[in-house]
Amino acid sequence: MIADRESKTRALNNVQAINEALDLALERDPKVVLFGEDVGRMGGVFRASDGLQPKYGEKRVFDTPLAESGIVGLGIGMAMAGLRPVAEIQFAGFLYPALDQILSHLGRMRHRTRGRFSVPMVIRAPYGGGVKTPEQHADSPEAILSQVAGVKVIIPSSPERAKGLLLSAIEDPDPVFFLEAIKLYRSVKAEVPEGYYTLPIGKTRVVRQGHAASLFCYGGMVEVCQKAAEVAAKEGVELEIVDLETLVPLDTEGVLESVKKTGRAVIVYEAMRTGGFGAEVAARIAEEALDHLQAPIVRVAGWDAPYPPFSAVENFYRPDARRVLEAVRKVLTY
Amino acid sequence: MDTVQYLDDAGLPLRDLPLSTPELLMGYRALRRARHFDERVIILQRQGRLGVFPPFRGQEAAQVGVALALRKSDWLVPSYRETAAAMTFGMPLTNLILNWRADPAGWRAPDDINMIQFYIPIATQIPQATGIAHAERLKGSDNIVATFVGDGGTSEGDFHEGLNFAAVFDAPVIFMVQNNGWAISVPTHKQMKVQRIALKAQGYGIPGVVVDGNDLVAVWSVAKEAAERARRGDGPTLIEAITYRIAPHTSSDDPSRYRGEEESAVWEKRDPILRMRGLLEHLKLWDEAQDKELSEELEGEFLAAVEEADQAPEPKPWEIVEQVYAKMGADQKVAWEYLRGEA
Repeated sequence: MIADRESKTRALNNVQAINEALDLALERDPKVVLFGEDVGRMGGVFRASDGLQPKYGEKRVFDTPLAESGIVGLGIGMAMAGLRPVAEIQFAGFLYPALDQILSHLGRMRHRTRGRFSVPMVIRAPYGGGVKTPEQHADSPEAILSQVAGVKVIIPSSPERAKGLLLSAIEDPDPVFFLEAIKLYRSVKAEVPEGYYTLPIGKTRVVRQGHAASLFCYGGMVEVCQKAAEVAAKEGVELEIVDLETLVPLDTEGVLESVKKTGRAVIVYEAMRTGGFGAEVAARIAEEALDHLQAPIVRVAGWDAPYPPFSAVENFYRPDARRVLEAVRKVLTY
Repeated sequence: MDTVQYLDDAGLPLRDLPLSTPELLMGYRALRRARHFDERVIILQRQGRLGVFPPFRGQEAAQVGVALALRKSDWLVPSYRETAAAMTFGMPLTNLILNWRADPAGWRAPDDINMIQFYIPIATQIPQATGIAHAERLKGSDNIVATFVGDGGTSEGDFHEGLNFAAVFDAPVIFMVQNNGWAISVPTHKQMKVQRIALKAQGYGIPGVVVDGNDLVAVWSVAKEAAERARRGDGPTLIEAITYRIAPHTSSDDPSRYRGEEESAVWEKRDPILRMRGLLEHLKLWDEAQDKELSEELEGEFLAAVEEADQAPEPKPWEIVEQVYAKMGADQKVAWEYLRGEA
């Protein structure tokens, strides 16, 4: 699966893996430029671009004024003029001022110019909760972004995947949203191959094999599902975990394959339940694999309420292993 | 702020002209070509042979003057009303007719014309124009970008963000605001408190210029200066062209609901084409016979373009899901096969 991978690996956290991917992309392609708020001199509030401005100069790694619509609009223009912009939006919850650029233009430019202009741009943004951030810093707007025709949406769940998928996103000829779970930035280290490698966009990944039920998840919810699966395994229940990884384009076949194997589907996401991306996954399963289901599809998601900021109770909003197991019990005892 | 002006309302020169005789003749021809197209497509629209069209009558000089200041390798990033700028910049008339027929065949600019498809949302083109300009600068070229917006568009956040970014990056952009008095039904004085839009340039630390938008000599010369400045690497310029939207907002609009005819009548007297013709006649560069000949030539060009547009194949339903991604995805493929009747 991994192209050009060297055998050597080192333990990196997600921020380090992303930083390494950005470094390799800048080194490999002179058309790649990095920008956003505090991205240059400071190296990003999470240090994703740490050390890159000194290495590649202020023309290729630069700070912008504090305006998200301007950042996305700038990137659309730069991409149309032949560069490969990689923009950072400081938090996914700060994307909203740029929604006009995103919904009206980002994904439409190829279509509305019949292929004359395209926008090979990557928009990176930290998303999701679990670290007691202020208001708007824990949003998960992936469902909104999945409604933008012409863009791709990728949410990695490990350092190895983050590095390879980010390099694929930067190579991609179309605009890509690359959402990075804040909770995972520094909490885990894992072995990451050295050197340049890419991973396929648009493929689900079976993280854990099992026959009892399928847990569909992505980003920060993968580790939650892993915890739940470990607990279930102690009781002899083998859960399958499918990391969607790419939400758009969704690997429907990968989803169906697992459902056909287990007959039970639990979908886990931390965005608000109603209209969340899990609804799309549920709909596809219902449309294509109803005959294989032995229980209703169940969603475990954020409640239909704003994400609670600065809050000791945020873990009651964000799905955890306990809630995932409740759902598993429900589909197993139906 | 002083308004840059070279011609009086009759077209007589107020001072020495900064343009050569061939330029004056070229400019007049471009104005007439734009006016001819505008008048003729409105008839097509009334005949049901065109979709919704935003006319530009009275604003020809403000658009043509900027387009003439560009080189072929520069960029034009328009709002929806810049058909006159587009055709002057080199966009084929056939494309423009097809475009305003809502036929996808007209959406793609020829490969040697760096014009982005007309922008429908207000002011979203501004940060993108800045992005194109900034990219050209990073690439080390001296290509520049001209982008257009209306008086109403200056109220949008994207106008502010795009100008501020361009100022900070010294991006080579000409920001052309056509202050045509009306944002559909809202007059400029209800749109903003500031007296002159060009004053907003001070807020970004860039030059702001006010120009008589119905005086082609003035617009062209101001745009030339802004283009040279941008090409030198000295950054963007905000130009406010004072003009007037004689026509309705679009072919669907009814201006009698919000304004009287007196105002339009005043501006008809400052018509940019009559003024330019007045100048050429004053300079003995033009006469009635030449004018008649030009009309015939423009009609010939227009009819040929309509004929070519009429022959364009009907858009196919499955084209809806083409050009969404570089490589068609599985979800588009399902739709494509359905639309082809192959599902």
